[in-house]
Amino acid sequence: MGSKGNYRSPLARVRGLGAAKSGVEHWWLQRASAIALLPLVVVFTAFAISLTGASHAEVAAFLGRPLPAGITILLVIAAFWHLKLGGQVIIEDYVSHEGVKLACVLALTFATVAVGLACILAVLRLVVAGA
Amino acid sequence: MAHIERPISPHLQIYKPQISSVLSILHRITGAALGFGLLLFAWWLIAAASGPEAYACASGFIGSVLGRLILFGFTWALFYHFCNGIRHLFWDMGKGFELPVMHRTGWAVVAGSAALTILVWVLAYALR
Repeated sequence: MGSKGNYRSPLARVRGLGAAKSGVEHWWLQRASAIALLPLVVVFTAFAISLTGASHAEVAAFLGRPLPAGITILLVIAAFWHLKLGGQVIIEDYVSHEGVKLACVLALTFATVAVGLACILAVLRLVVAGA
Repeated sequence: MAHIERPISPHLQIYKPQISSVLSILHRITGAALGFGLLLFAWWLIAAASGPEAYACASGFIGSVLGRLILFGFTWALFYHFCNGIRHLFWDMGKGFELPVMHRTGWAVVAGSAALTILVWVLAYALR
């Protein structure tokens, strides 16, 4: 009798994932977004401190400048991506019903993409207004 | 089939809270809280792009007593998740698993997150 591997197609064997369905992308992107967030959070915290008590005109002008706008957009992408991945792990840990789990993960994905996109459009609007 | 009374493994409430377990669940709690906090950030950002009235509404809430309390909690949650996240990244590299090291870095995260939170708020009030 052959080993268990003989019953699997060559393609399934080369993918090597089996019942796990996916590989290390989720784990890796969680770390990649975490590393990206380290400098972005530090820089944006400095922005937030400098903007304390600022008027709307000052905030809009500041966020409309290329460097703060670029850093804010990068922060939004990294933060919402990190939230999608982290939130998915929490849902998968505590929601056992497959259908409800899928609905929750989809809702989280749609919400993070929608709010993240709205944030990016807000920054772009300030850039255009400031140009 | 008869129900057999087998011993079950001790559950969460049996264990005495320890620095390792408390910091671990705090990482998840602060992560979830920061997710909701991001909604506040999004409101502020979108309001800034929408005009002076919308911005006055958002900054009025954030500047209120409740808003400041939420922002203070958000600041601590952010720096806690930030510091403990660095700890996790070292664990991912296989470093810092020895118990004395893990306890030291754990307390460093508690002290570091508190210090960073106070530093940011002192700077914000001083430079305002």
